[in-house]
Amino acid sequence: MQSRGLEIVVGFFVCLGIAAVFILTMRVSDLADTGGIEGYTVTAAFSNVGGLKAGAPVQLAGVRIGRVTDIRIDNTTYEAVVSMRIREGYELPEDSDAQILTAGLLGEQYVGIGPGAARESLADGDRIKITQGAVILEELIGQFLYQMGNRGGE
Amino acid sequence: MNAPRQGIDAVANSLAELGRSIFFLLRVIASLPSLVRKPRLVIEQLYSVGVLSLVIIVVSGVFVGMVLALSGYRLLVDFGAEEALGTSVALTVVRELGPVVTALLFAGRAGSALAAEIGLMKATDQLSGMEMMAVDPLRRIVAPRFLAGLIALPLLTSIFCVMAIGAAGGHLVGVALLGVDAGAYWSGIQENVEFGKDIVNVFVKSGVFGVIVTWIAVYQGYSAPPTSEGVSRATTSTVVLSSLAILGANLMLTAVLFGEV
Repeated sequence: MQSRGLEIVVGFFVCLGIAAVFILTMRVSDLADTGGIEGYTVTAAFSNVGGLKAGAPVQLAGVRIGRVTDIRIDNTTYEAVVSMRIREGYELPEDSDAQILTAGLLGEQYVGIGPGAARESLADGDRIKITQGAVILEELIGQFLYQMGNRGGE
Repeated sequence: MNAPRQGIDAVANSLAELGRSIFFLLRVIASLPSLVRKPRLVIEQLYSVGVLSLVIIVVSGVFVGMVLALSGYRLLVDFGAEEALGTSVALTVVRELGPVVTALLFAGRAGSALAAEIGLMKATDQLSGMEMMAVDPLRRIVAPRFLAGLIALPLLTSIFCVMAIGAAGGHLVGVALLGVDAGAYWSGIQENVEFGKDIVNVFVKSGVFGVIVTWIAVYQGYSAPPTSEGVSRATTSTVVLSSLAILGANLMLTAVLFGEV
């Protein structure tokens, strides 16, 4: 009987190890919420996405409603087209706007959705028309310096 | 005796030792297939190598996770970035601390026991007794222990990582005690830990460390002088050598696995 106890303990150990492997892959890593979120995909074209990456959150009023699935370049307009997967249950008015924001001073970039007022909701494959790209710090500083220079000249 | 001659001898001796250990490793690997017919031997060793190491791995995983969360929080809160706590704990554990600390503990807990056991078997003539009965001690004694160590270490490493990141370790201190939002903790982890890079890295590293630790342990035990002093030396040098080898190999593995990007 002692050998049977041993087998049970070893079996338990291996199960525990495999459970840990499973948790690591499914809960801890990025596999956790890519595959199979129920929802629909909308796209938005931005002049500049800054540091936005696939996997970044999509937020409405600070609440996470989806994630960025893909970023690519539109070859005719040279804009970045961002695809976003919005979770089932979140309806967005058709004239909503999208902008790329930064969480805090050092935080990651995310897409913030501002709700519009239209009756119709965005459906799968629709495009958000009103967009604002990422704020590039260097451009801001450049503008600031330019304005300062103009003011000095007057 | 003149000094240069002695130096050359010492180098030649250590090279010969390394060569012998590599031949030994190859013979052990060659005898692994014979274990298919005797899985019982491996199960017994899995108990002594894996199950008996479980407590120390779980306890140290929990405490390492707690300390990381605590010190990480103190650092991040100054920048108002305590939301990144989960990311910092998870990446530290998964990339470096998990595999390395587990392997070091494994060397101390299981590697030393393996070396002492095999060394003592040799000192008490059990190994030569087996040879006389036409039982190959390499197949009967060494190979099951090697394979068990190889299986146990990746499993123990995963358990360590889950303990350190999860509800008892980093999550307990970060979320329950310091008040980081649980959603931010987990979503930060899930966004920044990549399966293809970070999780695969856990298994690559722990697999390599498993080979290193058990190889050093069984070789040191098997080649120990058959005296009580020889056994004690084999045990000590198992822990010392495998700790150094783990740290060295970790540097190289990190350079290779996270080198580009």
